[in-house]
Amino acid sequence: MDINILTVFILAIFIGFEVITKVPPTLHTPLMSGSNAISGISIVGAIIASQVSGEIGTWLGLIAVIFATINVVGGFMVTDRMLKMFKRR
Amino acid sequence: MEYANLAYVLAAVLFIVGLKRLSHPKTARNGNLIASVGMLIAIVATLVAYEALDYKLIAIGIIIGSIIGAVFAIKVKMTGMPQMVAIFNGFGGGASALVAAAEFYANAAPKVAGGEQETFLLSTIALSVLVGTLTFTGSFIAFCKLQGLISGRPIVFPGHKLLNAVIAILLIGFAVGMVVVPVNMMWYFIGIAVFSALLGITIVIPIGGADMPVVISLLNSYSGVAAAATGFVLLNNGLIISGALVGASGLILTNIMCKGMNRSLANVIFGAVGLEQQGATGAQKQMNIKSYSTEEAAMIFDAAEKIIIVPGYGLAVAQAQHAVRELADYLEGKGKKVLYAIHPVAGRMPGHMNVLLAEANVPYEQLKDLDEINPEFEDCDIALILGANDVVNPAARHDKSSPIYGMPILDVDKARTVIINKRTMNPGFAGIPNELFGYDNAIMVFGDAKQMLSDLLKDLKEL
Repeated sequence: MDINILTVFILAIFIGFEVITKVPPTLHTPLMSGSNAISGISIVGAIIASQVSGEIGTWLGLIAVIFATINVVGGFMVTDRMLKMFKRR
Repeated sequence: MEYANLAYVLAAVLFIVGLKRLSHPKTARNGNLIASVGMLIAIVATLVAYEALDYKLIAIGIIIGSIIGAVFAIKVKMTGMPQMVAIFNGFGGGASALVAAAEFYANAAPKVAGGEQETFLLSTIALSVLVGTLTFTGSFIAFCKLQGLISGRPIVFPGHKLLNAVIAILLIGFAVGMVVVPVNMMWYFIGIAVFSALLGITIVIPIGGADMPVVISLLNSYSGVAAAATGFVLLNNGLIISGALVGASGLILTNIMCKGMNRSLANVIFGAVGLEQQGATGAQKQMNIKSYSTEEAAMIFDAAEKIIIVPGYGLAVAQAQHAVRELADYLEGKGKKVLYAIHPVAGRMPGHMNVLLAEANVPYEQLKDLDEINPEFEDCDIALILGANDVVNPAARHDKSSPIYGMPILDVDKARTVIINKRTMNPGFAGIPNELFGYDNAIMVFGDAKQMLSDLLKDLKEL
């Protein structure tokens, strides 16, 4: 197993903790929907999966692309819609 | 390929910058935009760098997904945001599981059949399918509960915990089997998919509505873990970093929600708080309840100078966020001070009340957290409680037999007058009687929150 990817994973967790601890409670819902959109990064994996030949793999890839796109497009759009509403006095 | 990897690093940097900018309402919208640009870069780079992609299929998938996602995002009401976040978590987890499954059929299975040792690949596939599928079905159940398609009360049957344990053990068995015994690998794989789907259902179904903020945060975290696991399957840094960020984010929120209820994660998952048996704690004391009309309440408001509004899930159900803002505007116009007290677990997900009130144009500076607002109750004339219950129950401070004992609460009882709006005298979601209603300084105004607020405003104007 490649030790580099494990290093990347662990360092990313630490960055995540550092960055997200600073998000105030007011923005916790947009944080959830925004970070959820980021987890739609599996769209990259879904696109790569469509490369694989074979009936089953292709169909799984297509559904994965649909799911991940819903996640990405819906997630970023709804987060923007929410954040637009946060106004000062 | 090298370019793609560079692009993933850039995307990861943009995700981190975007999340960092979420730490202030002023920069948050821009942060979300930055993160979405990062995503676009990652997608385009993948489309360009990989050869032999089925572009037609990808285009179809992206178009269908974009339409569904956009319609969801535009149509959803702010009160429906918890179920929306829940179902999106599910899609994220589902996508990760499907990618791992595709990789299994296309690469892992043939390689193993060809006699190659693929321990690492198979273990990561097992993990990704397990977490992703569990997130998918669990989120779906959470969605159904929040949408009211199935009862929001805990659904428990005899031997529930035993069943969960058996499924968990089976899953470990299947995963080990798949990695170690390559002969029946396909069956083990199917076993993992089926039983993790089942586990997602049996874990979420006994959890009551009031505990939903914890569950949604946890599923949020899982959707990140699933993406990271898929990153390990594909050896893709973009997925690993993004998944780790989301996993950490969900975990932090889960922790904050658990602290907000003074309960451990295990207690939330396995405790099934909200069952009838919990309601029977001790003999119910007879309470003297004062019920006022809105005219009578209006007179108290007229004399008050400082008012703290405490919103809860009932406010969301009644869609009363605009009505409350109108009342607050009127009171402020009369020179009174109005603040909002937001408990961490008010509503059905982290930050639920903040989003609702933001929709009604309540400035975010007026919304105060638990620690910030609690000292303010002592010199406050009215604490107006709208559809909140357990988060203002003083039993949490002193009644050791109460299921919510030790939970940090809003000290509304210290206000000169506590005005509580509820539809009926039914106890809150956790089924715990609230002694606050019988306090000397407490006044009940029954009715739907939206109706009550507009009546109150009308009576205030007529004074």
